[in-house]
Amino acid sequence: MAASQARKAGLPIINLLRVKGMPILQQLHLEERLLRTSSQNWCIINDGTTRPTIVMGVSGKAKELLETDAVLRDEIPVIRRFTGGGTVIVDQGTIFVTFICNKDAISGLQSYPRPIMSWSSLIYKNMFQGIGEFSLRENDYVIGNHKFGGNAQSITKNRWVHHTSFLWDYEISNMGYLKMPTRVPEYRQARNHAEFICRLKEYMSRSDFIDGTMDSVASHFALRSLDADDIQNSSSQFEPSSRILTRQELGEEASMELVGTVSQISYMAAISSTCPTSKIA
Amino acid sequence: MARSLWATRAASYLRINVPCRGFATVLKDLKYADSHEWVRVEGESATVGITDHAQDHLGEVVYVELPEEGSKVEQGASFGAVESVKATSDVNSPVSGKVVEVNKKLSDSPGLVNSSPYEDGWIIKVELEDDSDLPCLMDPERYTKFCEKEDASR
Repeated sequence: MAASQARKAGLPIINLLRVKGMPILQQLHLEERLLRTSSQNWCIINDGTTRPTIVMGVSGKAKELLETDAVLRDEIPVIRRFTGGGTVIVDQGTIFVTFICNKDAISGLQSYPRPIMSWSSLIYKNMFQGIGEFSLRENDYVIGNHKFGGNAQSITKNRWVHHTSFLWDYEISNMGYLKMPTRVPEYRQARNHAEFICRLKEYMSRSDFIDGTMDSVASHFALRSLDADDIQNSSSQFEPSSRILTRQELGEEASMELVGTVSQISYMAAISSTCPTSKIA
Repeated sequence: MARSLWATRAASYLRINVPCRGFATVLKDLKYADSHEWVRVEGESATVGITDHAQDHLGEVVYVELPEEGSKVEQGASFGAVESVKATSDVNSPVSGKVVEVNKKLSDSPGLVNSSPYEDGWIIKVELEDDSDLPCLMDPERYTKFCEKEDASR
């Protein structure tokens, strides 16, 4: 829909960026930059990221949330992101959908966590009719009582970001890097990871989910498709806060300082070398 | 529960109670920003926190990101954040100046922002640059109406 037609229809315009395999750190940096420096609305769909990566919320403590010995042994990158919420491990089987909006973009929506969370569930609700019992349950997207999507937000004075990591597929062995968190939703009921989460691929194909999401977004907004080149380095001054934690921050012993220094260098080099250029879907 | 506790303490203490719509409370001797922070000015010093309206809408605060003591704050700009319900929400300064003290108790007890937003849940103390920022802020009555209008638009 052209911008002029969108305005006549009364729908807010949203820039849609669809990518495939963007490294999650790059995605988080992009999101934070758009939140802080753009005045437009954005929807980003990233179809899978690169290597398995652990992503903690802003206040996450590695020792409490992760099996750090295994994480260090297997050199799994751990990122502390700029939004709140819990810990996830993401990989090629994860589909990311992000909304970055002005606070007045959606009529009647207050820019507080719970209203934004409720609004977000409307995007996906209809996609599951006749397929599964979708609902928003204590800030998670669930089918029945199994979580398939985790949410987090960051809210500034005039804008907000709401992003979701969807478990289209996952390696159960990767869940072994995550401890049971101390703060869990009530509906989890002491279930371990394998019993608590489910795979979206058991309900619909990957392309159906992504296409369905885009169709739903188009019913709430007027879409303007962009590609990554349109938004590269438009605000190079901005310093994002999401970052990879060092081995020391993950609890590597101080007595291993010299070895740790060498291993930190090789660890960071290994992470950097496996961040390919993102592909546009 | 936090609101009941707050109301009990407030009843014996407030110089005036000007309730917002619902249960949120506004204090007479404070000034308010449209991003829901309050400031108590005493000479060249100011104490800053978030309002009862804000903490009620944010939900249980589980983490407070504090600035460094000695850092500068600018009216309207973010100086820190609170985390609640999977969201980080910016806290913006109602005044300009230098941070002289942060409330370190919030590191272990972030819930003070919910249970005592105007007293034990204060966030920073600021040495004011000057008082030219203050006329931009709302008085209690205007802030009360502002909250009512914001909630009515839902």
